Amino acid sequence: MRPNPFLNRDVISILDFSREDLELLFEIADRMRKYVRTKIDLLRGKIVALAFFEPSTRTRLSFETAAKRLGADVIGFTSAEAISVAKGENLADTIRMLDSYADLIVIRHRYEGAAMYAAEIASVPVVNAGDGKQHHPTQAMLDLYTVRTLFGMIDGLTYAVVGDLRYGRAATSFIYGLTLFKPKKVYLVSPELLRARPEVLRVLRERGVVYEERSSVEEIIDEIDVMYVTRIQRERFPDPMEYERVKGSYRITLELLERAKPELKILHPLPKVDEIDHRVDSTKYAAYFYQASLGVPVRMALLALIFGVEP
Amino acid sequence: MSGERPTLTVSKIRMGTVIDHIPAGRALAVLRVLRISGAEGLRVAILMNVESRKLGRKDIVKIEGKVLSADEVNAIALIAPQATINIVEDFKVVKKFRVEIPDTVIGVLKCPNPTCISNKEREPIVPRFRALSKNPPALQCVYCGTIVGPDEIVRLVLDHVASSS
Repeated sequence: MRPNPFLNRDVISILDFSREDLELLFEIADRMRKYVRTKIDLLRGKIVALAFFEPSTRTRLSFETAAKRLGADVIGFTSAEAISVAKGENLADTIRMLDSYADLIVIRHRYEGAAMYAAEIASVPVVNAGDGKQHHPTQAMLDLYTVRTLFGMIDGLTYAVVGDLRYGRAATSFIYGLTLFKPKKVYLVSPELLRARPEVLRVLRERGVVYEERSSVEEIIDEIDVMYVTRIQRERFPDPMEYERVKGSYRITLELLERAKPELKILHPLPKVDEIDHRVDSTKYAAYFYQASLGVPVRMALLALIFGVEP
Repeated sequence: MSGERPTLTVSKIRMGTVIDHIPAGRALAVLRVLRISGAEGLRVAILMNVESRKLGRKDIVKIEGKVLSADEVNAIALIAPQATINIVEDFKVVKKFRVEIPDTVIGVLKCPNPTCISNKEREPIVPRFRALSKNPPALQCVYCGTIVGPDEIVRLVLDHVASSS
């Protein structure tokens, strides 16, 4: 077998990986797509712990499905149960408990850095399924994989990342993920209040990505190949008044898309609320349901690689 | 005074530490970081806003009978990145070195992001930053990625001293 950079590795940030690492992951994901409706016993006897301290439906179900398709057993808890699991216990102790039960821990937590901290404590690999506003590396992996399957490449395309770039971890991780490749240009489209954080812009500059911050998607709609839209999340706002001011100001409509390139694809990490007009769902531009369907094979590929097995 | 430049004379110390090239006005911050209030009984001389070829104006702190720990030197580096430390024995400077911000700063300041895991209550976690640049200093929290610049670093180092004393 070729060198496997994922073997026993923690997955905390997409920035911990190289382009070559992701290309290997995508290749395995291609092969996993055959097994998303069946079962392949690559991880028989392994236990995957899902520690979701914060609400999640699709990420959790997609990890659970991926683990079960691979033949692993799944234990864990969701946010409601997390309170009773912890009974006031700190994160460190909860992680130590899971570390003694499971062969891999998937964690989602509302504090930034929680996954890295868990990885410092646990002896088994830790996979970050979202830490506060910071990282969501497996989402970025499946988002980039979606672009690759739609366009055959990630390089050379013009991207617009639209919505909440300040508090949105999916958008942040997608931007970070793009820095591993050679996009033609990345537009960061958000209200002033929700601009990408300084540390994110710093990575873009350091890695020589051509980017531009914009306040409206209208001015650039005819230039972009991939539009990555995110929800403006109420729970990320320290001040509810701030939320009221910006919600609804970024809506993707059929009228807007009249000026789009014919090959434009719209991605969204879902769930979407009203940032994309429902009438867009049935157009050739909407790729978000297809994107969501790739969550399972990409996570199957990742789990298999971490455990050092291939289909 | 004819023909002579006005000078401020402070007697030499016999044994101890002289911290030179502190940015003007920051001497008291250096003493706070060293947890010297005066009540300890150490003989301390503070010179503020004196002329400096390198900095224009600078502060100097002389402390008799004090040897700095590595942690103290690191904390001084964060609030006075160009400071030089002179170790004095028997009235002579026996060792002189420039402070340097370490590549990883551990436990000297807390992350300003309230939802950083390093600020979560009851977790056995020590704040940790990587140095992005050393002069002017910029630090990045290894847990949450927050970047802090020079002025914020001074404030956070002093906050940390205040909260842990």
